[in-house]
Amino acid sequence: MAFLELKNVSKSFGTSTVLKDINLSIEKGEFVAIVGFSGAGKTTLINIIAGLIKPDSGTATLNDLEITEPGPDRGIVFQNYSLLPWLTVYENIFLAVDQVNPNWTKAKKQEHVEKHIAMVNLTPARDKFPKELSGGMRQRVSVARGLSIDPQILLLDEPLSALDALTRATLQDEISRIREETHKTVVLITNDPDEGIYLADRIIPLTAGPGATLGPSFTVDIPHPRDRKAINHYESFKKLRRDVVEFMLNSKHDRHHSITRKLVLPDIEPEDLSVPRTMTSWRKIPRRRSEVKEETVEVDL
Amino acid sequence: MNENWLKKIDWLILPLIGAMVCIGLWHAVAGKKTYVLKTPASGLEEMHAGLVQALPNGEEVWKKVKPLVAEGKTEQVKSFANGTKIWEAVEPFVEEKRVGLIAALPNVGEAWQSSKPYIAEPFAKRGELDQGILRFTWLSLILVAKGYTLALLIGTPIGFFLGLSKSFTKMTDPIIQVLRPVSPLAWLPLGMVLFLGAGKNASELAALFTIAICAMWPTVLNTAVGVRAIPQDYLNVAKVLKLSRWKTLTKVMIPATLPYMFTGFRLSLGIAWLVIVAAEMLTGRPGVGGFLWQEYNALIYEHIILCILTIGIVGFALDRLMSVVERRFKTA
Ligand SMILES: Nc1ncnc2c1ncn2[C@@H]1O[C@H](COP(=O)(O)OP(=O)(O)O)[C@@H](O)[C@H]1O
Ligand SMILES: [Mg+2]
Repeated sequence: MAFLELKNVSKSFGTSTVLKDINLSIEKGEFVAIVGFSGAGKTTLINIIAGLIKPDSGTATLNDLEITEPGPDRGIVFQNYSLLPWLTVYENIFLAVDQVNPNWTKAKKQEHVEKHIAMVNLTPARDKFPKELSGGMRQRVSVARGLSIDPQILLLDEPLSALDALTRATLQDEISRIREETHKTVVLITNDPDEGIYLADRIIPLTAGPGATLGPSFTVDIPHPRDRKAINHYESFKKLRRDVVEFMLNSKHDRHHSITRKLVLPDIEPEDLSVPRTMTSWRKIPRRRSEVKEETVEVDL
Repeated sequence: MNENWLKKIDWLILPLIGAMVCIGLWHAVAGKKTYVLKTPASGLEEMHAGLVQALPNGEEVWKKVKPLVAEGKTEQVKSFANGTKIWEAVEPFVEEKRVGLIAALPNVGEAWQSSKPYIAEPFAKRGELDQGILRFTWLSLILVAKGYTLALLIGTPIGFFLGLSKSFTKMTDPIIQVLRPVSPLAWLPLGMVLFLGAGKNASELAALFTIAICAMWPTVLNTAVGVRAIPQDYLNVAKVLKLSRWKTLTKVMIPATLPYMFTGFRLSLGIAWLVIVAAEMLTGRPGVGGFLWQEYNALIYEHIILCILTIGIVGFALDRLMSVVERRFKTA
């Protein structure tokens, strides 16, 4: 059996099926990207691997052991960083290191923490609190924390989605470099096919929800280390990108998404002058939109 | 530039204006001491006769005194004749009286005069219920500190359990909703009964009981809300690291709840300070509230105003102090 194996995993919340028949196998040392639309169920999938939620049916195994609860053998970088705001960069990572290696000497723990802070180039910010850091720096802390517990597999849930394009590119290179250094097994969740192809050995699209499932696995046979500029000219890169995007769009084919939302602004509806004002139909007060509770808009995505 | 300068000290000028208006209104409705003729109808003639009889230069003095008395400005007679025979001659025909919209209410001057000794020697102790105002404040604060500590010690864990357990919440919610609006005035007698056996400590214990049970609710409720509001992400971090229950509590849950807890602590302190006054009044313990009630019974109304102002200022200071602490934890 593969190192990480998901078999026929399904998950529903209430009546809505989020994930359906997910099959995934990842070998040790592989870097796999899973790309999907937002709201498709990517976080749900990573939470199942992490053991934070249980699948309704199917099994998830790591190293032939069924995943039943979270544990430090799987390092997670959460979508929203999830740093503890009352701890500094150092303390956030130390909490993890201290917990996972209780028998180490204090000096060894400290050295280990410092090493990981340095790995993500944050040594100058080691005593800052998360609120004093930019989004990119927070995400680096989160990556450093994920790696510091020396997990068997690193799960990255849209680690770069909230960042601006430049920071994003820098951090992509950093992730790529760290991966070369550590040879960790990595599952990267992303909503950007380019990012997935640039970083991963394999990229697997997740179809649009509800009832999302994994599509075919596309192997990225571009040698590491990859050059961001040169890669755009690779024929295989272009083809891969076309295929992945096409698959994802097709999975949405013919799907109309109806969104029900509450209206906020503007509050007053324009008066309809075509309606004659008779004594009975004329309203003294202009009609307010807030009186119309909600409306349904059909959107083609 | 002048205008700018005025704008800059708005914060000082506007409150001052507000305070002046308030004091002005008070003074306008307050009563003041004056002298009126004992027998309004024939009083002037009687006084004339009395003056002429009592003083050799009676006629002369009468000329000066008459217009003042006739216009009701007898106070001025007293001031120019103070300590002389003239006042002795006038006094039998007049009597002291308070006039004004609310005659019994002391005016600003009276309140100040009467309160001065208590402010000038704030730590003096002349008797059990006759002490400098800060000494009274100190006594009240000590009692509040004890009761408040008790409220926090009881309220915080209860709040935590409420936040953690839905069943516990459902179980205790009706009790809390019923007990919460009960006034301190209602709790105190129960406290007295509960500590009947404690002898001379009974009143203190009853006061502590009342403060604790009235002041703990904001702490209980805010802590519960805070625990429920702990972001799932933080708990996920704890789960992934497999933190022990104790470590999850101390390293994640308590720090995450602190901002809410401190909001509760601040509100609780405000209530504790409200309750202390009522508790002291009912038990007659020395303190600002006890002093206030005693002086009311002794008809020294000036001191009521002194006490009210002291209670208000101390309450305000406590609230400010707590919000400084609260803000420190907000940003954490
Ligand atoms: N705990 C939950 N309870 C109910 N619905 C949930 C829960 N978690 C996620 N969902 C729903 O599942 C769907 C997928 O969510 P998620 O996995 O976060 O998507 P993604 O990470 O791909 O953006 C969404 O429609 C979301 O509303
Ligand atoms: Mg997500």
